[in-house]
Amino acid sequence: MTNAIPLEAVLVVAGALFCIGLFGALSRRNMVGILMGVELMLNAVNINLVAFWRYLEPRFITGQTFALFVIAVAAAEAAVGLAMIIAIYRSWQTVNADSVDSLRG
Amino acid sequence: MDVLLFFVTAAVALVGAIAMLVSRNAVHSALFLLLNFGAMAVLYLLLQSPFLFTIQLTVYAGAIMVLFLFVVMLLGAEQVEDTPDRIAWQRPLGILLGVGLLGVAAAASLRGAAGQPAPGGEAAASFGNPAELGALLFTRYLLPFEITGVILLVAVVGVVVLNQRGRQQAPAKPPAGD
Amino acid sequence: MEPLQIPPVNLILLAPLLTVVGWASALLLVDVFLIPEGKKKLTGYLAIAGLLVAGLVGLPLWNVSGSTFSGMLVLDRYSLSLTWIFVIVGALSIAMALDYLPRHGIEQGEFYPLIMFAVAGMILLAQGTDLIVLFLGIEALSITLYILTGFAYPRLTSEEAAMKYLVLGAFAAGFFVYGIALVYGATGTTSLAGIAEFLGRQTLVAEDQTLLLAGAGMVLIAFSFKTALVPFHMWTPDVYEGSPTPVAAFMSVGTKGAALAALLRVLAFAFEGVQAYWLPVLAALAAITMVVGNLGALGQTNVKRMLAYSSIGHAGYILLGIMVASERGAEAFLFYLLAYALTNLGAFGVVIALEQQGESVWSIEDFAGLYQRRPMLAVAMALFMFSLAGVPPTAGFMAKFFIFTAAYEGGLGWLALVGVITSAIAAYFYLRVVVKMFMQEPAREVQPELNRGLNADIIIAGVATLLIGLVPTPFIFLAQQSLVALGG
Repeated sequence: MTNAIPLEAVLVVAGALFCIGLFGALSRRNMVGILMGVELMLNAVNINLVAFWRYLEPRFITGQTFALFVIAVAAAEAAVGLAMIIAIYRSWQTVNADSVDSLRG
Repeated sequence: MDVLLFFVTAAVALVGAIAMLVSRNAVHSALFLLLNFGAMAVLYLLLQSPFLFTIQLTVYAGAIMVLFLFVVMLLGAEQVEDTPDRIAWQRPLGILLGVGLLGVAAAASLRGAAGQPAPGGEAAASFGNPAELGALLFTRYLLPFEITGVILLVAVVGVVVLNQRGRQQAPAKPPAGD
Repeated sequence: MEPLQIPPVNLILLAPLLTVVGWASALLLVDVFLIPEGKKKLTGYLAIAGLLVAGLVGLPLWNVSGSTFSGMLVLDRYSLSLTWIFVIVGALSIAMALDYLPRHGIEQGEFYPLIMFAVAGMILLAQGTDLIVLFLGIEALSITLYILTGFAYPRLTSEEAAMKYLVLGAFAAGFFVYGIALVYGATGTTSLAGIAEFLGRQTLVAEDQTLLLAGAGMVLIAFSFKTALVPFHMWTPDVYEGSPTPVAAFMSVGTKGAALAALLRVLAFAFEGVQAYWLPVLAALAAITMVVGNLGALGQTNVKRMLAYSSIGHAGYILLGIMVASERGAEAFLFYLLAYALTNLGAFGVVIALEQQGESVWSIEDFAGLYQRRPMLAVAMALFMFSLAGVPPTAGFMAKFFIFTAAYEGGLGWLALVGVITSAIAAYFYLRVVVKMFMQEPAREVQPELNRGLNADIIIAGVATLLIGLVPTPFIFLAQQSLVALGG
């Protein structure tokens, strides 16, 4: 029954979400927004992993397990990133990435 | 039926993502991302991964997004993005190029995938269940599972380290909600 | 459902890794509960001891090899040699930091266990034979480094550098996972052996395997980010400048070395069958990395930024060894890594000695007339600069000699030529420091600050740099022995 969903469609959706996340991470100036973009990128990959598992290699659950690890890593990264944002906010009183640019280059 | 559901969910996910991208208010962004994560959870369900469905809802939509919202509210960061960028044209242009490149890559990968067989037999139905997944985590994927534990430990230590000296250095400021 | 059968795990094979992780976790607790404020240096000494113990634990494993954890982790001489290099790098970085941290008012006991966790991530990269493990190893290393980069709290550039590094690192992580997902979709496996088997089984036609090649390309992009190869190097100078100097030293050799070591295993082992595809890409990357890295260093007046660009250039040289996917290339890679690690740690040690309290200048002018004030320090720095430039009789010369020879014999003569030319260009900015130290009058009063840890670092690095340069044979022998049965 699920076979009716074409793999290509799932991959396209995941690719599109990845690109939106990438764009968000690059174009946002709010540091929280940048982090959100990164989270979206990692999420999109998870869809890929699960789709590949479902359609191509259903014997092993590598795709699903890997997706779990990715979620854990993304959570760790988000936590560290948010902690950093709070620390930066305490010193600079801003969360705007453009205003934080004392390093040239 | 499934196909219809898939396209609706995918559309919701994409709309959520794009709305996250364009909304200037960080709180709105976070809420749209929440919508996107919810839609993704349904996608997992459609792909027969019930465990990931719950994880996506509890960990992502539940924990991580609440954390984001919490930080946004705490710092009053929601209205920052109104100043137009001074290099307004360069950056989006460069990014557009990047996205185009990725689009090409995605299209290419699709053509590659089309040649693959897509069986997805009935065997999958039993393999996607949480018990199997849990068993796998403790057997075949024991090592990555343990490394993940170390990564989370490091992250916890890091969060403490990054913010405790702030308290030591500037005791005058009101404690920031922790 | 029947009870779980946890497969037997051969813990001996990961003894060094376990030692580092276990010691670091214990040290976290010891640091919090037993070591009083103001005596945090003790934590540092304990961390160094832990790393050395891990190195010693590895000694009896020289003749052991095997893989465990369902073939996700392998112990061979290659990974063991790398483990030793990483342990040395970690220990010397901590030695540098012992007095640096209190002097700049950023001492926190957690610094030392965090370095140990980073070393553990590096060892994982050396031992991992599954893309999942490699991904997690890179993340363990990177997340630790984000935190360490942001450690120099009063200096605002530190936080900024950390944030920049985190965003770009997370980016690279996204590409890495996407790449792995595509590779998994194409081959149905994430283990390096499985991929190699898949590639060996069928003849690869580009049209059929777009998925695999796109995946491999994205993995390569992620590695390029982590090792700062040229189109993806923009973050390096900023991050090095912003982070505490011992951390910059650690990153410049450790991260690069570990990620490149993993890249070597991935390319030479899993993707050997598609060498025709990645070789030209990697060759181009290496060429521009060497050129841009060394040209970028030319204009720098900030020594830390200069060393950052120099490390980019050196990554290009190291890449030469990886590309020659023969034993000769891998030998040259290991040898170069060792020589470069010791030399660079020494150079950063001298930079730390000259770094004044509460300042973030690292101007090259501070080196002027150093010979009159601290002759030994100046001589040591000259030695490191000569080694980085590749002047005989230093370690850097031997390393460059080997890597260029390996490249030439591997049919990459033009790249070796690019390497030689860029080395000649690089000599300019390395020797400029030497000229400043010996021939010029001091521009301003700078009081070099030396202490036990720093002395140890500079002396060990200096002696090793000379020793490897003068008597390279035993080290080459070691590198040769390391490559018995690469893979797993």
